[in-house]
Amino acid sequence: MAIRIQMPLTREQARTLKAGDSCLISGVIYTARDAAHKRLCALAAEGKELPLPIENATIYYVGPTPAKPGDAIGSAGPTTSYRMDAYSPTLIALGETGMIGKGKRGPEVVDAMKEHGAVYFGAIGGCGALLSQCIKKAEVIAYEDLGAEAIRRLEVEDFPVVVIIDSQGNNLYETGRAAYLKSQA
Amino acid sequence: MREIAAQQITDTVERLCVQANCHLPRDVKERITASHEGEPWPQAREILERIMENYAIADGNDRPICQDTGMACVFLKVGQEVHITGDVGEAVHEGVRRGYAKGYLRKSVVGDPLNRVNTGDNTPAMIYYELVPGDQVEITVAPKGFGSENMSQIKMLRPSDGVEGVKDFVVKVVEDAGANPCPPIVVGVGVGGTFDKAAYLAKKALMRPLDQRNSDPFYQALEEELLERINGLGIGPQGFGGKTTALAVNIEQCPTHIAGLPVAVNINCHVTRHQTEVL
Repeated sequence: MAIRIQMPLTREQARTLKAGDSCLISGVIYTARDAAHKRLCALAAEGKELPLPIENATIYYVGPTPAKPGDAIGSAGPTTSYRMDAYSPTLIALGETGMIGKGKRGPEVVDAMKEHGAVYFGAIGGCGALLSQCIKKAEVIAYEDLGAEAIRRLEVEDFPVVVIIDSQGNNLYETGRAAYLKSQA
Repeated sequence: MREIAAQQITDTVERLCVQANCHLPRDVKERITASHEGEPWPQAREILERIMENYAIADGNDRPICQDTGMACVFLKVGQEVHITGDVGEAVHEGVRRGYAKGYLRKSVVGDPLNRVNTGDNTPAMIYYELVPGDQVEITVAPKGFGSENMSQIKMLRPSDGVEGVKDFVVKVVEDAGANPCPPIVVGVGVGGTFDKAAYLAKKALMRPLDQRNSDPFYQALEEELLERINGLGIGPQGFGGKTTALAVNIEQCPTHIAGLPVAVNINCHVTRHQTEVL
């Protein structure tokens, strides 16, 4: 039933996904939290090159625990996305097509998603031990000084997500709650 | 006077940091299982199943349940007949330092709230001392994630707002939080005291086992009513819709001033972690 997505995600593919779709992501994605987003946007403002290929990239909002010996990564579930709201429109305009996190987004992010064709995925918050099993390789590619908040290149296999907000602005947090309440009425 | 070496406190805190982050308490697991059985919405049941699968993996492999291994909140109940040899505060911080290194836990503390440089070892711990009768020391370590901490609120209500005002505020805080604090959540409520005491009580309420209701029948009924109202909001696990928005509402109350009615709501995610040992 789940839609299989091979990264990178083009704008055209992003536009086909609908709020509520269950997806399994495979391929390369990148990690960044607010501290890294702040630096990326500062570089963009100066017109400098970013330390990750942003065109068609998906960014996962995660700060993993340290990997135990023999593991690719530690526990790695999503962090709350609204802290990235100030930065996401800039990255979406530069080519970012996917974001993975949890929780609500501001209207400025949704507007940028609609304008450029991007999608907001949710991974299950508080399930870091489970999700880390889908991450096969992790490598710090920038901002090592940020520790858990450094930018990492991840290779993932069948990483489970749900489309929360699609490129038309439909929102699973609204439709899912309304559908449940209707079923109980 | 019983003597306890500070070293013993360090060893205990170290052990509790790792245990609390990798093993969910029994009462929380039981509430999640019971909520799954009572959840009518298929998508919500599916998410609760993933949550159960996650803590089973964490249990089996000594892995952190969540990547946000929190700020270490440490509660010390120190018996009046105990003499601790050494620096008790430093002993706790050292225990956190060692536990977070040894357990491969994330270091999530910045040394200054505005200049924001990571301390690199998850210290300092947030320590709460309580002097109690007896010759024992009870230590509880409760790692607190900030996805849910950020959704917590406090309000100084007017006495005329009464119990209805308290109920409406608690429900509003949960509704405003929506999907952000990783529902299903545990809602800790502190009513009364002063501004700071209400917040402390709300945090303390999160330590109470979820199968243990308030001993005062009035507050027990209030806990049950609030849980029902919150689970009627339809937010559901992860905010995707469903019945299970909260696992429990725990209230702690306290005498207050004739002019005031402080209410604090401290939200915890479904990974409500705490481990206790008695020395």
